[in-house]
Amino acid sequence: MVETNNLNESAREEKKTTISLSPTISSMATRGDESTADPSAAEVIFDVEKLDAFYGDFKALSNVSLQVYKSQVTAFIGPSGCGKSTFLRCFNRMNDLIEGARVEGTIKYRGADLYDEEVDPVEVRRRIGMVFQKPNPFPKSIFENVAYGPRLSGLKKSKLAETVEKSLRRSALWDEVKDRLSASAYGLSGGQQQRLCIARAIAVQPDVVLMDEPCSALDPIATARIEELITELKSEYTIVIVTHNMQQAARMSDQTAFFSVALDSHGSRTGELVEFDKTETIFTNPNDSRTEAYITGRVG
Amino acid sequence: MRLASSPADIAIQTAKTRQSLQRRPQADLPGTLFKWLLISFTGFAIAFLGVLVVVMVNDGWSVLSGRLSGFLSNGFSQRSAQDAGVWQGIVGSVQIGIATALFAIPVGIATAIYLVEYATGGWFARAVELNVRNLAGVPSIVYGLLGLTVFVKTLDGFTQGKTVIAGGLTLAAMVLPIIVITSVEALKAVPQGIREAAYGVGATKWEVLSRQILPAAVSTILTGTVLSLARALGEAAPLILVGAATGFISFGDSNFLETFTGPFTALPVLIFNFARQPGEDWSANAAAASVVILILVLMINGAALYFRNRFEKKW
Amino acid sequence: MNMTTISAEELQTASGRRLRSSLARWMFLLASAVTILISGLIIWTIASEAWTFASQVAADQLQTIGWFPRRGMFDIGTLILNSAQIAIVSMIVAVPSGLGAAIYLSEYAHPRVRRIMKPTLELLASVPSVVLGVFAISFITPVVLSKFFDEINFFNKLAAGIGVGLLVIPLIASISEDALRAVPRDLREASAGLGARKATTAIRVVIPAALSGLMAAIIVGFSRAIGETMVVTIASGGGDTSLFETSIKESGGTVTSAMAALGLGTDQVAGNDLAFQSLYFLGALLFIITLVMNMLGNLIVRRMQERY
Repeated sequence: MVETNNLNESAREEKKTTISLSPTISSMATRGDESTADPSAAEVIFDVEKLDAFYGDFKALSNVSLQVYKSQVTAFIGPSGCGKSTFLRCFNRMNDLIEGARVEGTIKYRGADLYDEEVDPVEVRRRIGMVFQKPNPFPKSIFENVAYGPRLSGLKKSKLAETVEKSLRRSALWDEVKDRLSASAYGLSGGQQQRLCIARAIAVQPDVVLMDEPCSALDPIATARIEELITELKSEYTIVIVTHNMQQAARMSDQTAFFSVALDSHGSRTGELVEFDKTETIFTNPNDSRTEAYITGRVG
Repeated sequence: MRLASSPADIAIQTAKTRQSLQRRPQADLPGTLFKWLLISFTGFAIAFLGVLVVVMVNDGWSVLSGRLSGFLSNGFSQRSAQDAGVWQGIVGSVQIGIATALFAIPVGIATAIYLVEYATGGWFARAVELNVRNLAGVPSIVYGLLGLTVFVKTLDGFTQGKTVIAGGLTLAAMVLPIIVITSVEALKAVPQGIREAAYGVGATKWEVLSRQILPAAVSTILTGTVLSLARALGEAAPLILVGAATGFISFGDSNFLETFTGPFTALPVLIFNFARQPGEDWSANAAAASVVILILVLMINGAALYFRNRFEKKW
Repeated sequence: MNMTTISAEELQTASGRRLRSSLARWMFLLASAVTILISGLIIWTIASEAWTFASQVAADQLQTIGWFPRRGMFDIGTLILNSAQIAIVSMIVAVPSGLGAAIYLSEYAHPRVRRIMKPTLELLASVPSVVLGVFAISFITPVVLSKFFDEINFFNKLAAGIGVGLLVIPLIASISEDALRAVPRDLREASAGLGARKATTAIRVVIPAALSGLMAAIIVGFSRAIGETMVVTIASGGGDTSLFETSIKESGGTVTSAMAALGLGTDQVAGNDLAFQSLYFLGALLFIITLVMNMLGNLIVRRMQERY
């Protein structure tokens, strides 16, 4: 029974990847990785189907279906209150931590249902890391911040320094902090703190990194550095990013999902997915008039 | 490397992923132990309260079931444990409570209003605030020294010496900082928008305060005030220093108001007295009187809870 | 020029309303001054008599073995030892339970459980200390301690310490819970996002971040334990006198219970060989010790509030 189920699922996945086949490749998405030159081969990491998200009785998001592909940057954009952050937090079951939050529908991660009863949300979060809106380093030293995750997974002490250095280099922070690893993370600037949080997230070598408006609390220069970093990181990680900065989505992402606020049948506000496509398509030739209105700045 | 594209490959991968995400029953054993450790510590505190009540009711049962009405209506008797009662203690505690409330509540709330609504961060306000915080930590028996020297001796023209008024002033000084601190928190919790809206339509400071802010903060202030009076009700140490009578008091034929300026005692002081006497009968009296005071405390806490829920915040 | 002008008078609030407003202001200011006055009176009260004691007592009167104020033997060391022993025992009881309850309430408890637990802890906080004293001599010593120790004095410091500890639990729990809840939610999410379980997050992130607040809770709790009077007076045989005794299974008076004993007999004590003044000297000692600890605790709490 389980076997056939798996087969069915995989068959459907294949079908979806075929549908997303499209002749144009985003010029903004430049990658050395060969697999991305041919989108049909892009592996589906997340497959979301008919997802509704609730806080208590409030339906924050309704009926969302989309796919996230391996080694790509997928951006969620839309006006505030459209449920894009809520949606992002469904991918690593972060919403479980909120009293009364629940979902209906399915999110499959590499084919496995994330909300299956058998699934341990803690295991999910080890594979699917997260960077938050406001830089939130621990009140510990720079070193201890990055070492936190590896320690959790029981990395040997002798390997710790190496992992910390690698992660800090990867997040382009090493040169700035290598002489003060034992200093408090709170002494860093906002942009540095956010890069530290990225280093902390990738130190556990996650499969996916979720980013919830990672630049919204930063100045333009710090923002530019983070964007640069994200573009570099996507060769190794699948990245899903929520942003309300459309230029940011256009610059960095391969796929873009546009969310909006709709009134449901009972007249209450709920978030919905308006359009999901290649970033280039969304920004140059959107299908839906609402998307067009938003990206041209008429709404939002 | 070509990616897994055959259905079979994908099925294998899915199974692997599913397996790796699976909940393992042993994975969070330390966490479960930690949680239960915390629960047992919390349970210890709660269970203690239960044990306390059971022990007191059990030890005082002979009194509570045998001669409850006499126990509640008799005065203190030095000669016989069987005749001793808590009436004078209850009267004294109520009187002291009234005196304490009359002195402490107006001053406490007024100070809080000054700190939150008027003080503009000057040295005086900072001094008052620091001072109140420090006063809150002063042991109750030290207030007893204050009462003995200032209220009993220096101000005896006003208090008539070792009287309910002196006791009430002493406990008022003791609970004053608590009332100030809880009232400050209550006033700070009133949204700034309410103040601005009222000033915006041309109200004076006093009008904003009396018609908007105080009504909005009243429930929290009442809750804090009532709880602080519960604390005053249970205090014996300062009253002992102020000279609460530890033996029999003859009220003579003085009326209720006159007893404010005569010798006094209070329920906790009586319990202390019962506990000091040797013998089973006195222990039973101490336990029974403890049950009486616990019921009073429970009633006061219930009142506090009622105020909190009755005027539930609207913002 | 045809312009409607407004005179300055028209912009003034009606004099009655203005008067009321400024009258209120002076009332509130006066009330604040009362709190300062109380502090001033406490210090003046204690200092004058304590100074009389300190300047008149002979050095050898302080170095006797035991506290016998009526006989002119003022061995304050005995009282301080007893106070310290009882306070330490009380901390052994109160710290695990108080901190444990605080961590449970802030990190684990369902809001519904919290709504029940908080008033229960408040109730616990308002149990009168005399009742705990009675509990100590009617239950802690005869029922509990007598099972563990063959020979234990009916009045003993151990039972007093346990009683004081039970009294201090809600205080420590409440200050600690405030400290734990002041730790931003962000940090808990960051930790959970890295795949940490709840206990790991609590132990490695939340508790270290709130550590200074937890320390403050313990300091304030200790200060309260030092200042607690009635439990000790009832349970540790706080008579007028105290022999020097190091065992916590034996009776012994503390700084506070010695004060209560002196206070009980103020009429007889007055003028008797400095005994009356020693009451104030003990008060001064107690005042300074608790003031220093509370100021330290408040300072730490304020630092923590500024940090987040």
